[in-house]
Amino acid sequence: MHYPFYGWLQHVEQVRLLDRFSNKSTTGTLHLTATHLIFVESNSTSAQEIWILHHHIASVEKLSLTTSGCPLVIQCRNFRMVHFVVPRERDCHDVYSSLLRLLRPESYDELYAFSYNPKQNDRQREEGWQLIDLAAEFERMGVPCDQWQLTDVNRDYKVCETYPRDLYVPITASKPIIMGSSKFRSKGRFPVLTYFYQEKKAAVCRSSQPLSGFSARCLEDEHMLQAVSKANPNTRYIYVIDTRPKLNALANRAAGKGYENEDNYSNIRFQFVGIENIHVMRSSLQKLQEVVGTRALSVTDYLVGLENSGWLRHVKAIVDAAIFLTRAVTVEGASVLVHCSDGWDRTAQVCSLGSLLMDPYYRTIKGFMVLIEKDWISFGHKFADRCDQLDGDPKEVSPIFTQFLECVWQLTEQFPQAFQFSEWFLIQIHEHVHSCQFGNFLGNSQRQREELQVKEKTHSLWAHLLSGQQNYLNPLYCPSYGYTNPVLEPSTLPCHFKFWRNMYHQFDRPMHPRQSILKQALTLKENNRELESIAQNLLLTPIFLRVEACPPAPSVSLQKLQNRKEVDGDRTVEGGSATENGYGELPLSCGSKPEPAMVSLEFGVARMTC
Amino acid sequence: MEFAELIKTPRVDGVVLHRPFLPLVEGTLCLTGHHLILSSRQDNTEELWLLHADIDFIEKRFVGSSGTIIVKCKDLRIIQLDIPGMEECLNIASSIEALSTLDSVSLMYPFFYRPMFEVIEDGWNLFLPEESFKDLESMTDEWRLSEVNRDFSICPSYPPLVVVPKDTDDDTLLKVASFRHGGRFPVLSYYHKKNGMVMMRAGQPLIGPNGRRCKEDEKLINATLRAGKRGYIIDTRATAVAQQAKARGGGFEQEANYPQWRRIHKTIERYSVLQDSLIKLVEACNDQSHSMDRWLSKLEASNWLSHIKEILTTACLAAQCIDREGATVLVHGTEGTDSTLQVTSLAQILLDPSCRTIRGFQALVEREWLQAGHPFQHRCAQSAYSSGKLHGEAPIFLLFLDCTWQILRQFPCSFEFNENFLVLLFEHAYATQFGTFLGNSAAERSATLKLPQKTVSLWSWVNRPQEMEGFVNPLYEPNSLVIWPSVAPQSLQLWEGVFLRWNRSSKCLDEAYEEMVHIIEYNKELQKKVNSLRRQLAQLETEEI
Repeated sequence: MHYPFYGWLQHVEQVRLLDRFSNKSTTGTLHLTATHLIFVESNSTSAQEIWILHHHIASVEKLSLTTSGCPLVIQCRNFRMVHFVVPRERDCHDVYSSLLRLLRPESYDELYAFSYNPKQNDRQREEGWQLIDLAAEFERMGVPCDQWQLTDVNRDYKVCETYPRDLYVPITASKPIIMGSSKFRSKGRFPVLTYFYQEKKAAVCRSSQPLSGFSARCLEDEHMLQAVSKANPNTRYIYVIDTRPKLNALANRAAGKGYENEDNYSNIRFQFVGIENIHVMRSSLQKLQEVVGTRALSVTDYLVGLENSGWLRHVKAIVDAAIFLTRAVTVEGASVLVHCSDGWDRTAQVCSLGSLLMDPYYRTIKGFMVLIEKDWISFGHKFADRCDQLDGDPKEVSPIFTQFLECVWQLTEQFPQAFQFSEWFLIQIHEHVHSCQFGNFLGNSQRQREELQVKEKTHSLWAHLLSGQQNYLNPLYCPSYGYTNPVLEPSTLPCHFKFWRNMYHQFDRPMHPRQSILKQALTLKENNRELESIAQNLLLTPIFLRVEACPPAPSVSLQKLQNRKEVDGDRTVEGGSATENGYGELPLSCGSKPEPAMVSLEFGVARMTC
Repeated sequence: MEFAELIKTPRVDGVVLHRPFLPLVEGTLCLTGHHLILSSRQDNTEELWLLHADIDFIEKRFVGSSGTIIVKCKDLRIIQLDIPGMEECLNIASSIEALSTLDSVSLMYPFFYRPMFEVIEDGWNLFLPEESFKDLESMTDEWRLSEVNRDFSICPSYPPLVVVPKDTDDDTLLKVASFRHGGRFPVLSYYHKKNGMVMMRAGQPLIGPNGRRCKEDEKLINATLRAGKRGYIIDTRATAVAQQAKARGGGFEQEANYPQWRRIHKTIERYSVLQDSLIKLVEACNDQSHSMDRWLSKLEASNWLSHIKEILTTACLAAQCIDREGATVLVHGTEGTDSTLQVTSLAQILLDPSCRTIRGFQALVEREWLQAGHPFQHRCAQSAYSSGKLHGEAPIFLLFLDCTWQILRQFPCSFEFNENFLVLLFEHAYATQFGTFLGNSAAERSATLKLPQKTVSLWSWVNRPQEMEGFVNPLYEPNSLVIWPSVAPQSLQLWEGVFLRWNRSSKCLDEAYEEMVHIIEYNKELQKKVNSLRRQLAQLETEEI
């Protein structure tokens, strides 16, 4: 076991950990360190350890004292829920108040990323930050080109402090037009290029809402949209997709904001797509979590709860919007401007999901990192606020990024061969968006990250994920799929959207399939690679060579092949106990029998790497 | 009766066939005694051959002089035929209606079907009770094979041979039969080799409003208990329903008379409720409107997944009693031919690894469904598009297959067969060229219809290596353990392979499956190659010395 160097702050023995859905419990010791809360199961052969990063804790609750002790309920952002019972109330209170102090730091330098040290040298750390290069990404799309150029207006974050420094705009959009347009847009977020569909020279642009109120106009902004339109030879119109419900956009007009008036902008086709705002999404996921966290849940309550939470309806709305965007660009060859209110939540969801549908590159491990870096990180999705990194306004917290990951997951379910990564990759990204262990998602904008010197002081998640990428591969991925199916056309019939159990119940082991096809296929594929090299090496052993007269090569240990059998050994599993699953009213005497080994579904999802 | 009388227009040209996710086909429609055929009469084009027996319901529409027939099949597929000419359309429609609802079983296709393949292994002789009893005998001597029902007079829905406790003679069985619904006295359903515990099944005891008792019945089931041990009676009905049954002459085992037994009531719905659930579910699945709320509320209102959960839970409970508690179990509902069989067969899948093999699963279907007297003919006469008055139709067997699929999904490496095999059984239970699922009982099948002599068994066809290939699960690795699935609603899923089968393009999923198979086969190939290289190497080395 490897503990952070701070050592213990506190530890309490004889703590019971209650299972969330059954009456089972385990006893162990609770350790509190500066970064983690750790539970180590005692007197068991397979001593289970649970590591909970303080940043992952969404809430701690101390329930009233019971005869067996004082219950402490901890809810985590990665959907872990733990229920401890501490024998002495005094200990419980100590842990509780320590956690309250630790779980929401007041300043950025207290975040784990600034103390996390994976024993890398500076060069490795720097290389990690150089993995993703957005300029190279725009080049890959074919930008700059004869119609689109890089502008330096925002070099010093003077025009828009939530945008990145490098921005791409139509050649015909002069500086005054840009400046004018930015003054007419919320937070200065004027229309800029986010994805270029080279085949049809159609652009996907993003912005915030115009400050049009009931009648205000801005010639520069109108020019800006015209410039976007003119940069595309295919069509004389561009689509403006307002991702909000019409009612919300109307309400914004009263506050001097609103949406584009089709009479003032020549040749725009305006469309609302009706994705709800961050507050609706927050309460939707809360409702969903409440429902699926219920013990002895009936099918009826589950389905009614799923419906009432609205979660899948919202997910579908986002996918629908992305499909609309994709069709406009790939079928009609039209350019599109996407915005919502501020242009950093729904806009990010729709632009990135649309790009993913249009461009197979974003369906690879590296490409997906680039996509997140571009549409989420660089364009200023407010990770700090949305993920509650510091003690902030609870009304700003919202699972917008989680929702995006889920949309991607829904697509991976429909297109099992189109994605290089499996759902464990998505889950791992989700884990670290909240862990604050890496610098990538700290703060609310690029500018802020520069001020925090994340590239100098922290490590990059992308390097970490790439180094472990064999765990996140989709064994069924077919690299040529992207050539034969460059554009994905998912079904959006409601029955094709599923509840993402492996995300929302990732720590509730009894609920998952007892054998994992994904893991089995991954193991086999890896085994295939080993066998290939063993066969290769066997052919190159001197004795063969003498027979076949080929150049010499080193022989290889054949031990590897035997490994396969061991792997198989732990796959045949019994799968939980009957009582754990709560079948019935039988007061069965269970527990005398040791729990059989079970397939582990998490690829390092649960365990922090320290 | 001649089929020709029912076919007024045997052939129409210029018919257009619409199917979801497939291109239109224009061609000639032909009606034969058993099939609806549509062929474009060009080379290399697929022809549609549809069994009349597979047609659940048809709708007619007319626009101008041409008509449209919407054909709704028992396998849940919906196709549309545009037929030029009003009269032709009407004739075709009335022929289909008549031919798809033939009264006489002996006019069904299986009696006319001649296999195009050589029957190597006759499925009718594959799973004989005598044979399986030999296996039992090798494990225990506490049971015997009784011929008391050899002429089906004691219990018309039982097979001629049944397994009963050794010390119970046939006279006792006669008495017990008169005390159990439909004469279904308790018989052995499963013997758990691991601890010698057993599962029995029966019809409800006929205690009636006055609490009649039958000493022989008590003696029979007590004979299966170990000294000092209690047994469990799992009644698949809710307590209230079981209480009400007393008024109609049925009932349940009363504590006073069965002190060594603990009774547990579960709530598996009766067949009419289940049929209603299927109709609602399929309607929800076919709803093409794009509202998420509507879909979820319709899915909920169908209650299908609730039924799945209840049946699985009960089966797990039975398995738990046997394996974890080391207790004997007796399962019954009312008749003992529906929910009882769901529970006993699913419990065996959990407990007995051999039921998870292809042959073992066939044997299970043969033993616990066909021989045990599940009335397939009645239950599967109509499927989800049935309307009007029903006569005992219900998706009892489909629910069993769905539950099996749920377990298969949770233990994808523990079954020798794949999902396609379950879908196949669903299809053939409803419409088929084989005789296996015809009739309602062993008596009907052998004595009345003489199916083994006159029809081909599904197993004869499916067990041929070239057919079997498509039904083998490439991930299978025998798992000798008892398996315990999760029954939480989050762990249950709609069986897309059946219910969304015709509403989705399965291309992506099929290709992914192919890739999976490829990975596994490549692995086997590589293993072989490495092994042979090693052998060669060893040989070369010995030669050198």
